[in-house]
Amino acid sequence: MKASGSTTNTLKRKPISDSSEWTTDLINQYDHEIARVAAEFGLDTYPNQIEIISSEQMMDAYSSVGMPLGYHHWSFGKQFLNVERRYKRGHMGLAYEIVINSNPCIAYLMEENTMTMQALVLAHASYGHNSFFKGNYLFRTWTNADAIIDYLVFAKNYIAECEKRYGISDVENILDSCHALMNYGVDRYKRPAQLSNEEESLRQKEREEYLQSQINDLWRTIPVVEKQESDTEEVRFPSEPQENLLYFIEKNAPLMEPWQREIVRIIRKVAQYFYPQRQTQVMNEGWATFWHYTILNKLYEEGLVTDGFMIEFLQSHTNVVAQPPYNSPNYSGINPYTLGFAMMSDIRRICENPTDEDKAWFPEIAGKDWLQTLDFAMRNFKDESFIAQFLSPKLIRDLKLFSVLDDDTQNTLEITAIHDESGYRKIRRALVEHYNLSTREPNIQIYNVNLRGDRSLILRHIQHDRKPLDDSTDEVLRHLARLWGFTVRVESVDSDGNIELTHECKVKR
Amino acid sequence: MTQIIDRRLNGRNKSAVNRQRFLRRFRDQIKKSVSDAIYQRSITDIDKGEKVNIPTRDTSEPIFNHGPGGRREIVQPGNTDFIAGDKVPRPPNQGDGKGDGKASNSGEGDDDFVFQLSREEFLEFFFEDLALPDLVKTQLATISEYKSVRAGYTTSGVPTNINIIRSMKGAMARRIALRTPYTRRVKELELERDTLLLLHDSDHPKIIEIDEEIKRLKAKAHAIPFIDTFDLRYNNRIKEPTPTTRAVMFCIMDVSGSMNEERKDIAKRFFILLYLFLTRTYKNIDVVFIRHHTTAKEVDEEEFFYSRETGGTVVSSALELMHEIILQRYPTSDWNIYTAQASDGDNWEGDSPACRELLTQQIMPCLQYFAYVEITAYEHQSLWREYEKVKGAFPNFAMQDIAGLTSIYPVFRELFNKQTA
Repeated sequence: MKASGSTTNTLKRKPISDSSEWTTDLINQYDHEIARVAAEFGLDTYPNQIEIISSEQMMDAYSSVGMPLGYHHWSFGKQFLNVERRYKRGHMGLAYEIVINSNPCIAYLMEENTMTMQALVLAHASYGHNSFFKGNYLFRTWTNADAIIDYLVFAKNYIAECEKRYGISDVENILDSCHALMNYGVDRYKRPAQLSNEEESLRQKEREEYLQSQINDLWRTIPVVEKQESDTEEVRFPSEPQENLLYFIEKNAPLMEPWQREIVRIIRKVAQYFYPQRQTQVMNEGWATFWHYTILNKLYEEGLVTDGFMIEFLQSHTNVVAQPPYNSPNYSGINPYTLGFAMMSDIRRICENPTDEDKAWFPEIAGKDWLQTLDFAMRNFKDESFIAQFLSPKLIRDLKLFSVLDDDTQNTLEITAIHDESGYRKIRRALVEHYNLSTREPNIQIYNVNLRGDRSLILRHIQHDRKPLDDSTDEVLRHLARLWGFTVRVESVDSDGNIELTHECKVKR
Repeated sequence: MTQIIDRRLNGRNKSAVNRQRFLRRFRDQIKKSVSDAIYQRSITDIDKGEKVNIPTRDTSEPIFNHGPGGRREIVQPGNTDFIAGDKVPRPPNQGDGKGDGKASNSGEGDDDFVFQLSREEFLEFFFEDLALPDLVKTQLATISEYKSVRAGYTTSGVPTNINIIRSMKGAMARRIALRTPYTRRVKELELERDTLLLLHDSDHPKIIEIDEEIKRLKAKAHAIPFIDTFDLRYNNRIKEPTPTTRAVMFCIMDVSGSMNEERKDIAKRFFILLYLFLTRTYKNIDVVFIRHHTTAKEVDEEEFFYSRETGGTVVSSALELMHEIILQRYPTSDWNIYTAQASDGDNWEGDSPACRELLTQQIMPCLQYFAYVEITAYEHQSLWREYEKVKGAFPNFAMQDIAGLTSIYPVFRELFNKQTA
């Protein structure tokens, strides 16, 4: 560790502070130094906006799932009550920070934090996460940091307006249903349009009328002529399966009011905004953790922070990146901070001190400039591809990873690979699968609408490794049926191509 | 470029609306919790929050998920002694886990969703059952009586309030102050006269002049009044709002066989409501529980609500006991006395006129308020008719027959009217 090596160096400069109390002035000074170091390392960030808040406000921020201003919904209330209860009982501490992907990048600092923690959070959120938001291709493609706050304001106001006009219960019903399908409200490939408050407001009315006219067309264009019915294959609608369920509902649900469509759209946009975060958890946290570690160590080398500062920082840092083993009572899956931080540090190691193994596995980065390599990795990958590309045998050994096969046709679990020569690639592949959202979530797409009959909506669930849908599916289908207005069915397609009707939610008209 | 904003002074309750939404959505479950709580709690204990449990199933938000089964490969850290190809028996309860490591990250498992209802929210739900008008809910704020307290002294007032010591002190100070120039001058002159006397005879014109002067000054000093209206100080008293001293609430209930659990529950809510009203007005409230069938007995709350007896009913026994207790322990000069009586209306025929006698002659004059509820599905009997006569004579007597919870409130209407007037 560099921190311990440099204690005997002559301190070039006076430490910024030596007390654990923070002041706005001190935060400014730390920020100034951290910004300088970050710039030396080439981090490119949005401007920062740092907001000091109390713990109650932090709980508020928590419960609106990271949106700086959210519309009102009972589920946020539930979240709040939960956080509040657990916090008051001491079951959990609050996060030291929350950071918002916006321009300027908003980071919340809790007033209870010590100066050390504030500095840690600054480096972690305002420079780590911030540069990730600005650089990573998913965020660049899918989110618009300049407009998100505007859009959330629009969304909040619009939904509040709807509540006034149509009643809280009706709006709540729509929101409930949309939330159930939120994960299926994202375009995985198509680039979304830019959002902005003014535009949205201007275009919203037009869209309302236009959409309504389009819906009627859907039914008007049903072929009237019945000739050759038997010999032509029935035309499906949509002609290609649609993965974005909420999009399909917004555009095609026959009985929806315009305001309901707009709400579906809002939830869809919010889901899309969070989609990159769900795909880059390991990378994002790893990147931010790597940089707070690197930056604060640099400050220490320069003599700007004290030994006491470093001890407090390292203790907190160690807690964050701790990975309990699989058989520990504290184990709850692989800690994304640990994996991300370890991989980022490992890339630097491979660049600076490659072993023969590294040279064989990573010829393209071994011995290269570490800053450029990390920057490249941060910009162009998401969790699954990042792991597929950069998880090294050494790291698999360090974390002692092993993979377990749970097959319901077998009586026992099988250890398929461990951290040895023959296991590295298998483990890496299995871990990639774990971070692949499209296999982690059931693959469900809209397959067809029964245009000629009962207008029922048919979804296809393409089974992956024979995994069935769970018990909540019926509940979700009820939500979907509420939006669609007619019967909804789910057909499961297994690996042999057999199709079976597994779930149905009937709507009587 | 960094901007630091201190938001700590901003509102803290950004989530208050969402909390309300949550309560609204789970009304039914919460109401049930509140009902249970009312059943379990002591009357004097009603005025606080409550922990509410809602089954997790009800509050969960469904999403599409993989169910148990199929084939899945999971990567875990921290291998100690496995090697590839090992077969491991399935852990017993993990077979239906979610497999993505998210199954239970809270360590709390699938218990109920638990949260704390605040005191206000609890009362809100409590009041809701009773169909209280909104105005009344807000009026639960105290009405205060005023007490006059000392607040220093004023320069004006009525003669009875003159503070003699204070006035005399002022007068003396004034006298000393006004006399000083004269007495000082007199002393100087006397000194001068003494020195002159050494040189001259006492009839020297200069000395005579000084004598004159001294005489004149002494007269002046003497003329300073002993006391002046200017000196008067009066005790000042101002009125300060104070919660009226103390109240005692008598709960009288018929516990004969016909009072079943449901009726007792209604009665309990009735007592609670009266208690709550009183807590808004009085700091210290004693509650006395009297149960009766043919004889009356003072009991504790537990016994009051939860034990049952059978037999006939003689209401006057309870009224007599109450009157005795008032005489012994709650002199009307010190206590405000409220009585709530719940009964199913049964009474021994010959006893009802005796009850009326007792009430009109002895008890009502001591009471602030008497509220009577009759929980019955049948015709009113003699007790009701006799009580109606009492009601005619005393405006602070309220009675009501109760079919359900909503009819409890009207009993208190007059009480409120009185308070707001």
